[in-house]
Amino acid sequence: MPERAELRLGVDVGGTHTDAAILDRSDRLVASAKVSTSADVTGGVADAIAAVTARGVDTARVTHAMLGTTHATNAVLERRNLRRVAVMRLGGPATHAVRPLFGWPGDLTDAVSAGEIIVDGGVEFDAREIRPLDTDAIARFLASVADTADAVAITSVFAPVSAEHEAVARDLVATELGDVHVSLSNELGSIGLLERENATTLNAALSGLAGDAAGAFRDALVASGIEAVMSFAQNDGTLMRLERAMRFPVLTIGSGPANSLRGASYLTGITDALVVDVGGTSADVGALVNGFPRESSAAVEIGGIRTNFRMPDLVTIALGGGSVLSRDGSEVRVGPASVGFRLSSEGLIFGGHTPTLTDAAVAIGRARLGDAERLPAGDSDLFREAMLRSDDMLEGAINRMKTSREDRPVVVVGGGSIVVPDRIRGASQVYRPEHADVANAIGAAIAEVSGSVDRVVNLGAGGREAALREAREDAHERAVLAGAAADRVRIVELEEIPLAYLSRPAVRIRAKAAGPLDLDAGPTGIEHPRVEAADHARTAGDATAG
Amino acid sequence: MFRIDEHTVLPLARGCSILGAGGGGDTEIGVLASRQAIEGFGPVEVRPLEELPPQGLIMPGGSIGAPIVGLEKIERGDECVAIREWVEQLRGEPVIAVMASEIGGSNGLVPIAWAARMGLPVVDADGMGRAFPEVQQITMEIAGISASPAVMADERGNVIVFHAADGPWMERLERAATIEFGGTAMASDYLLTVEQAMTATVPGTVSLAIEIGRTIGEAEDDPVGAVSRSIDAARLIDGKIVDVDRRIESGFNRGSCTIEGLGAHAGSELRIDIQNENLIAVLDDRIVATVPDIITVCDAETGEAIHTERLRYGQRVSVIAFPCASIWRTPEGLAIAGPRVFGYEIEYTPVERLHA
Repeated sequence: MPERAELRLGVDVGGTHTDAAILDRSDRLVASAKVSTSADVTGGVADAIAAVTARGVDTARVTHAMLGTTHATNAVLERRNLRRVAVMRLGGPATHAVRPLFGWPGDLTDAVSAGEIIVDGGVEFDAREIRPLDTDAIARFLASVADTADAVAITSVFAPVSAEHEAVARDLVATELGDVHVSLSNELGSIGLLERENATTLNAALSGLAGDAAGAFRDALVASGIEAVMSFAQNDGTLMRLERAMRFPVLTIGSGPANSLRGASYLTGITDALVVDVGGTSADVGALVNGFPRESSAAVEIGGIRTNFRMPDLVTIALGGGSVLSRDGSEVRVGPASVGFRLSSEGLIFGGHTPTLTDAAVAIGRARLGDAERLPAGDSDLFREAMLRSDDMLEGAINRMKTSREDRPVVVVGGGSIVVPDRIRGASQVYRPEHADVANAIGAAIAEVSGSVDRVVNLGAGGREAALREAREDAHERAVLAGAAADRVRIVELEEIPLAYLSRPAVRIRAKAAGPLDLDAGPTGIEHPRVEAADHARTAGDATAG
Repeated sequence: MFRIDEHTVLPLARGCSILGAGGGGDTEIGVLASRQAIEGFGPVEVRPLEELPPQGLIMPGGSIGAPIVGLEKIERGDECVAIREWVEQLRGEPVIAVMASEIGGSNGLVPIAWAARMGLPVVDADGMGRAFPEVQQITMEIAGISASPAVMADERGNVIVFHAADGPWMERLERAATIEFGGTAMASDYLLTVEQAMTATVPGTVSLAIEIGRTIGEAEDDPVGAVSRSIDAARLIDGKIVDVDRRIESGFNRGSCTIEGLGAHAGSELRIDIQNENLIAVLDDRIVATVPDIITVCDAETGEAIHTERLRYGQRVSVIAFPCASIWRTPEGLAIAGPRVFGYEIEYTPVERLHA
């Protein structure tokens, strides 16, 4: 039996590459590998794990494995491997003006829907019932979908205030339909009925796939001789344990950018900085605040539907190592066309015939790569002007992400990072950490575990202070339940939004707590890979996204 | 006359947001509710006042309450039917058209779903030409039209008829009733005839909103510039939000937002004072626009208006300001919605003179 928590494996699936990295207990990088992403995602994950463990790693010492995957994203985008969902909204007689799934793309509705209904129920913002829950209507609806539904999504009006009706409805599903997956909105989202309902429905649709992704990850680990606690990366840059990922697969969508930002923080030890991730075709600029990605306030669309997930705030520009250079009259253009992953065959310095931004970087001496002799001498103006244009674009993107006039540290990661200059206007310093090419996988390996609450509180007895304290404590407790080390959990986000246009004081409170994974907790993932049906235990009645 | 079909709803919503001066609530649910109503009941006719019989009764309306509640407890959809029944009973005559009390923000879309469901036309006009927080801040109040009788309904079939002493009392009574209904309700007040509406409303605002929305949607680049040109708006600043200060006082959102100039505006700073709507814009210590003129913060890239509750640190924005309806610039209009009403001891100066 190996000692606990000796090595951690992080795997991150990107559009082009799948990265893997292994870190030791002191967060030192032991090995890393980069392979091509496979069409089925799973093959690439297996290849990456095989490649990284082949580098002299004693696989018996790997105790934790973290995966940032695009399984769920691809399933939604490609409308495949989705379960049929019976969608129940508890909110009548209100809310009929917009029915469930109204406005969804037709092909996604066709792939997902097993029927929708709005029944009387739900609560007001102050927890009074809108109407008593219509359990007869629920029973009739469930009987009508019994043959078609593989899963049920339940969304109650103001579930973040009281989730009682959702719990009653869930029990009715168990009685009427037996052992089918049930997603409850209070466990998934925040205020905003339609977005929360969309997220809950998507989660139910993905519930079958969650087992597949977990199974594939487990198989890949076993094939490489690894027996480890498995966790999945979420869109906010934190982890959830396998059991939770099985119940909330929708939360794995969009973990890539968050992993990249967290990885950049780890590689430099800097917690507040701008991060530039340059790939082959595009560059993302994001911001690290207290070691976490700054979140976007815009609604996030997945596969054409609005959800209330918070994603990292990013500026993306069409500028990468493979960006094609061209002339438009007297002006030099960089991109948006790119040779992408074909850079190594199409770039001039690699013997190809397409002038790229990487060629320009080599031409002006910013990078040493390929064969500079192949660059035509007559094109030196093109290369110089292209580099000026590229630096301008980068500076513009960096400036747009800055939150104050002060110069900020800039961390550059990604395969195309050689095109970034050492001095950037607006940057106090440019950091180019070693191993920046596998920052995403490192980000997955070091990710923390979080818990969060989002609730509407009526400020009666106890008042604001008590409400805030309770939210902080509940977020903390949820982080520990999710697997964080209790003594190292801290509040990373606390937001208070008063409700306008009401003469009684009410406030919406969002709190998020995060801490490093409790490395001494026993492994559970391998022994219980399929926990979904048995696991209906849930915590108190407000929204959790952690 | 023209029709609003499912494709017109989004341009209308974008335009309503621009006219909302940062207030009036998100239009997303209004877009879906309008589309669902049009899908179920057919497109909606929009008629200019001139096309309607002078003595015909117009039912103005919208939702009242906390926008955040509206994000959860969406309306049932047929509250308007009960309101119309009571209005017709109280007035002893049929309603011939509906109208937005407030074109700015989500309330600009409410009458579309009402009109579709009830088979009535929508008047190409509204009672504000923008958004305002209170019931009596409406052009009909300036014109001396009574707020009473008003009718409010919820999704359960509860109906309240109000006979208030005056406009401000109507605001107090409706607001108090809204709480019992769970934070939002549908209401109609300031009933008026077509003839009265000729001088007591802001004409052409539905078609204006649609035109603004189409301009945003069709602009190839710089949608804010395209909109500014089409409505003759002053472009106050292009930049980035560097500070948002938000608090609630007496039930209303108050605060300020600071934008640091970028590009051609680098070195400048614009501060916007907010009370639900954007009220005052100060560029480098000089007032460049004030309520009741319309100040709107737009997303620099998409051109869409950003609601005051959604302003966030770091957003890239362009701020525009443009003239309000001329009725607001009269002494009577300024007494209801001028800078002093919102606590600013300054004289109102039209934006086109402030930002010459």
